[in-house]
Amino acid sequence: MLHYMGRRLLQLIPVLLGMTFIVFMLIRAIPGNPAKVILGQQATKEAVEALNASLGLDKPWYTQYFSYLSGIFQGDLGVSLRTKLPVSEEIFPYLAATAELALFAMIIAIIIGVNAGIISAWFQNSWFDYIAMIVALVGVSVPVFWLGLMEQWTFSSKLGWLPTSGREDVRNPITAITHFYLLDTLIQGRFDQFIEVVKRLILPGVALATIPMAIIARITRSSMLEVMRSDYVRTARAKGQKMFIVVYKHALKNAVIPVLTVIGLQTGLLLGGAILTETIFSWPGIGRYIYDAIGFRDYPVIQSGILIVAFIFIMINLIVDLLYTVIDPRIKYK
Amino acid sequence: MKKKKLWTLGIMFILVLSTILAACGGSDTKDTGSKDASTGGDKANSNEPKILVYGRGGDSVALDPAVVTDGESFTVTANIYETLVNFGEKDVTIQPGLAKSWEPSEDGLTYTFQLQEGVKFHDGTDFNAEAVVKNIERWKSSNDKYPYFKTQFVVGDKQIIESVTAEGDYTVVFKLSQPQAPFLKNLAMSPFAIASPKAFEADEEGLSTNPVGTGPFKFVSWERNASITIEKNPDYYIDGYPKLDKVIYRSIPENTARLTELTSGNIDVADGLSPSDKGTIEGDANLQLIERPSMNIGYLGLTVTRPPFDNVKVRQAVNYAIDKQALVDAFYEGLAEPAKNPMPPVISGYNDEVTGYTYDPEKAKALLAEAGYDGKEIELWAMPVPRPYMPDGQKIAEAIQKNLEDVGIKSKIVSYEWATYLDKAEKGEADAFLLGWTGDNGDADNFLYSLLDGDNIHSNNYTFYDNQELHKLLTAAQTEIDEDKRNELYKQAQVIISEDAPWVPLAHSTPILAANKKVTNYIAHPTGSDRLDAVDIQ
Repeated sequence: MLHYMGRRLLQLIPVLLGMTFIVFMLIRAIPGNPAKVILGQQATKEAVEALNASLGLDKPWYTQYFSYLSGIFQGDLGVSLRTKLPVSEEIFPYLAATAELALFAMIIAIIIGVNAGIISAWFQNSWFDYIAMIVALVGVSVPVFWLGLMEQWTFSSKLGWLPTSGREDVRNPITAITHFYLLDTLIQGRFDQFIEVVKRLILPGVALATIPMAIIARITRSSMLEVMRSDYVRTARAKGQKMFIVVYKHALKNAVIPVLTVIGLQTGLLLGGAILTETIFSWPGIGRYIYDAIGFRDYPVIQSGILIVAFIFIMINLIVDLLYTVIDPRIKYK
Repeated sequence: MKKKKLWTLGIMFILVLSTILAACGGSDTKDTGSKDASTGGDKANSNEPKILVYGRGGDSVALDPAVVTDGESFTVTANIYETLVNFGEKDVTIQPGLAKSWEPSEDGLTYTFQLQEGVKFHDGTDFNAEAVVKNIERWKSSNDKYPYFKTQFVVGDKQIIESVTAEGDYTVVFKLSQPQAPFLKNLAMSPFAIASPKAFEADEEGLSTNPVGTGPFKFVSWERNASITIEKNPDYYIDGYPKLDKVIYRSIPENTARLTELTSGNIDVADGLSPSDKGTIEGDANLQLIERPSMNIGYLGLTVTRPPFDNVKVRQAVNYAIDKQALVDAFYEGLAEPAKNPMPPVISGYNDEVTGYTYDPEKAKALLAEAGYDGKEIELWAMPVPRPYMPDGQKIAEAIQKNLEDVGIKSKIVSYEWATYLDKAEKGEADAFLLGWTGDNGDADNFLYSLLDGDNIHSNNYTFYDNQELHKLLTAAQTEIDEDKRNELYKQAQVIISEDAPWVPLAHSTPILAANKKVTNYIAHPTGSDRLDAVDIQ
């Protein structure tokens, strides 16, 4: 097991290295010069040239690439061209903001998705099954952008139940410690702020949860259906055991592997792909951080931001693979 | 056995969590309701601090105005720092700021400023002549670090501000190497705000995250991409100001979301709204519409080095072909006026006698025939991002495409991501492109020279238009200190530009903001950086 983990971690190195190279080349292939973007339309060409030189962008690409690489190996993710702050310092609050939102969304998606899938499978071809699967189909196809705006219009503008955007009530600001606000407010014993944070998580959380929820529901359903056709489940049902016992004791355990795979993949996707939700709900997350950086051609931020998100994505998948062995002892890694 | 336990634990955990969530969701709804009601009442109670929440489209880049170029940064720094001279409340006339008065010499090479006394920086140090000298020396010290200083006060390698000296505690003398007509207007720009020398001498870069000025508000905190908080400077030198206790700038990138936040009372002011939101704002009894005086130009650039626009008659034909009034009516909700010159009428030197080109498709066709236009399809570039001067590039391009088709010019609309768009246009790759400009300092030079002089090809002159006669006028105007003579030069320049027609000037728009009715005295400034010292909440 440890051996396996070690091998997987070693495999990470060429993957991430290759990725740094591809990202590095890609962002330089798009037209648009950081100095020009930083200085704005008002800039003179001398100013642009001078800034290019001081940013080191006038050097050949391989010099830039190797100095970037050697920086990474020393734990230096570079300095944002725009804000002049080290990326390693700047990135954490954004990462925490997205992680909090993504985890919240995944919890919603898992609870509803898994249960809807189970019920659909159990009552296959019932009205619940049909409705749930239609909803799931709509769920994967509805644009997040539209859903988010509709949520805001309904629950904030019209009903006034939930705040529209942002992570906190700026009039009652949160003192950040870990930048995970649910945690921070609890550490400080500010229950009023904790409630506020949860309220602000709901709308973007639901918007973000929709697609994974629908996918999880469909996978759970088909995986459950397969398991339920097996002999041991038929026996259990024939013995007249309660649905809850059959499902949660016997069936789900064997149906969960593909579900887990999907959950792992989706969590990874949420981390990097929450840009639209983050924009609509003014969520100061990593997706928007990288997206803005692309607009500003802030190379170090794009490079390091994508690198970190990819790293997390790979780590989540590693964890999922390891979880398989916990759930199904027949799976063993050598 | 062990695994079974784990599994049960997992399910338990999920159940408990969902219960908590459900419980929170339930209590929330009640909470918000009561809270909203109480915030509404809050402001009536005079003991409550007056907090203004300002919603805008983007975050600041840094809080040291000398090192940034983006409007969002200046929006905040304009309230933390002050400049030697100020723009007028609603215009770009020059008013006293940190300098009480000033005296230019006859030759325009020496300016003597008398400074305000008894002003302190937020760190408790005194504002005086020495502080001004140190600030200017800081900007002069490095060409790359202070981009605006470089664009406004350095020509080639030559420093326009030759020297600055303190004469006594409250007198500063500037010596210029050549007369600079917009000198005072430049000094009034946000990037030339005076910072505490103690702060930047201790930590040069530190000002970016920890600004120290003399302004009506002091910096409190910055949550990146979320909010910036500034609070009342109790020692502000003008009695009774500022009125507000705190201002919180929130970044809300999505226009619709920003307006929703405003209507639901979570923010008090929303900047940068689309003209199409005008109806919503006017239909809401709790809101007021604030119009920002126009200081911009939206235009269709015609690259003069590319056929068919290398022929002046084709360019003139395009000018006749476009129905500007229809564009203004359809896409600016009436919040704009059709343009005929490359700069707005509020700028001194504007030539109202230029007749421009009226909408006349027949004349356009005749000119095209005369020019021998071969009917080749052109590329029409549509801006991918909304800007105050161009609320919807794609739709405006479609309307123009129709106008062009009517006179026999076929066009294909193309668009690129914003930075790419600017980059390619700057290289002269566009046939015709939509673009615009918002003035920095309210000076004609900032429009005509920056956008249309041959010196600025590969910079902001995207049409590659280069006219020697025009160049002579514009460079002469830069050093002409007699206001009337200078305006005359600009008037002649506009006649030449109109005849050569490198652009189709489209519109000067009026950007809009909206605020809660409780907000009083909010005055939107044409430069886009609004001072909030007189703003109050009822």
